[in-house]
Amino acid sequence: MNPEGLLYTKDHEWIHVAGDVGTVGITLHAQEALGDVVYIELPRVGDKFESHNSFGSVESVKAVSELFMPVAGEVIEINSAIKDAPETLNSDPYGKGWLLRIRIQNSAETTALLSAHAYDQYIAAEA
Amino acid sequence: MYEVRSVVTMFSASYEYDVTVKACARIRRLVISVTDLRKTALFETHKNLKARMVPFGGWNMPVEYSGIIQEHTAVRTGAGLFDVSHMGEFIVTGPQALDLIQFITCNDASRLVDGQAQYSALPAEDGTVVDDLLVYRESANRFMLVVNASNIESDLEWIHNHNSFLARVENITNATGLLALQGPMAEETLQVLVDLPLNQIAAFRFARGQVSGVDATISRTGYTGEDGFELYFAASNSEQLWNSILRAGRRHGLLPAGLGARNTLRLEAGMLLQGNDIDRTTTLLEAGLGWIVKHGKGSFIGSDALAKEKAEGPRRKLVGFEMLGPEIARERYPIWIGGQEVGYVTSGSPSITLKKNIGLAYLPVDLAVVGETCEVVVRKRDCKAQIVSTPFYKRSSK
Repeated sequence: MNPEGLLYTKDHEWIHVAGDVGTVGITLHAQEALGDVVYIELPRVGDKFESHNSFGSVESVKAVSELFMPVAGEVIEINSAIKDAPETLNSDPYGKGWLLRIRIQNSAETTALLSAHAYDQYIAAEA
Repeated sequence: MYEVRSVVTMFSASYEYDVTVKACARIRRLVISVTDLRKTALFETHKNLKARMVPFGGWNMPVEYSGIIQEHTAVRTGAGLFDVSHMGEFIVTGPQALDLIQFITCNDASRLVDGQAQYSALPAEDGTVVDDLLVYRESANRFMLVVNASNIESDLEWIHNHNSFLARVENITNATGLLALQGPMAEETLQVLVDLPLNQIAAFRFARGQVSGVDATISRTGYTGEDGFELYFAASNSEQLWNSILRAGRRHGLLPAGLGARNTLRLEAGMLLQGNDIDRTTTLLEAGLGWIVKHGKGSFIGSDALAKEKAEGPRRKLVGFEMLGPEIARERYPIWIGGQEVGYVTSGSPSITLKKNIGLAYLPVDLAVVGETCEVVVRKRDCKAQIVSTPFYKRSSK
């Protein structure tokens, strides 16, 4: 159910890796769990994060959720369009709902992430 | 990202959790396992409707079906149907039923006539709130108390411990179904299913009747700030009644609605949530519930403390506020004024109707002034908010 070709975390973020550039978002499962997303807080271009560090937060009507970095890196681009249309995270979490792009610090870290299949199994076991 | 954290943040009522965002992120499992939770008679019905189920007050309840925004809007513009069978119902009977109720509650139940309901509370000796509740007078010797789900057992014990009267208290929660049909189209939706004229039931009045062939207490009450009804009936009829009402309401835009929308609706209407806005640390007067404290009726639990507090004036006050920026206040966030921490948020949420972020907070009386500003600490940042009068939302009269 989750797209092949992306890597996933147990914190329910995804990352698409192209060379040393990673595009990060939240999973379908995460947006379903949150419900209607109404507010997103993202870092600034140039900010650096270790893997598993909190880089921002997403708020739905009912709750706040932190966002965690799948791998270490420096923010090189923010999806500014979602600031005014946070509901995009619900409607298109793997497409227009991407959050930011990072310059991946150490590509070896990506080997610790989950494949689409492994993530499917992880959320099935969690339910 | 984790869903349980979301739920815990939303309904702090009865779960152990850490309030800081950072620590919340680490919570991976609820303290209470899901299998220990109680289910209403409509549990399978909710699952079939693809509701998101969450633990609330010891029950496994639907938090949303189609989405909180859609459900909230349906209640404000059409109608919404809530399963609130988790609420507790106690029947109080006997020659001293009224005496018991007068002693344990703060409002004056002697003013009730048959078929009338009243918002009231169970105060503690110190004037704080054991629970808030509705008191229904069925006859001079028979009343129904409707209490919050998470307090059913503790309220029952509290009442038993103070029952030195000739009054019998019976917990009928498990045998009782409760549906809330709320919204401007509630009356039109329900009228086709009942055998009595609903326009004869005024606000806070109730009548016995048949709804879709099911015997029910039809009460013009609710927790949304809209017109609407709450229906009490034998739990075994839950599914039939639920489905009949959903069918009847289809052409009026009726949607099944969950606890998520119930929370945003009640907050806009300035209604308090026990466990968040009122509890054993807040007095009735601090919460602005002085209007249900009736000293004229004589002595009751907490009356001395409440009379003293009234004479001296409460030290702090529950106020409404609106965030001036885009941030959303949530419960337990600290509030600062003039470089000092002065209070905390008890409820906070986006207002779906008003498209602002709103909340309730306790502030010292001298600072609880409408129009003044304060700072709500959102993830270590001070975010400006303005104190406003409540309710945030009031429906226009027909």
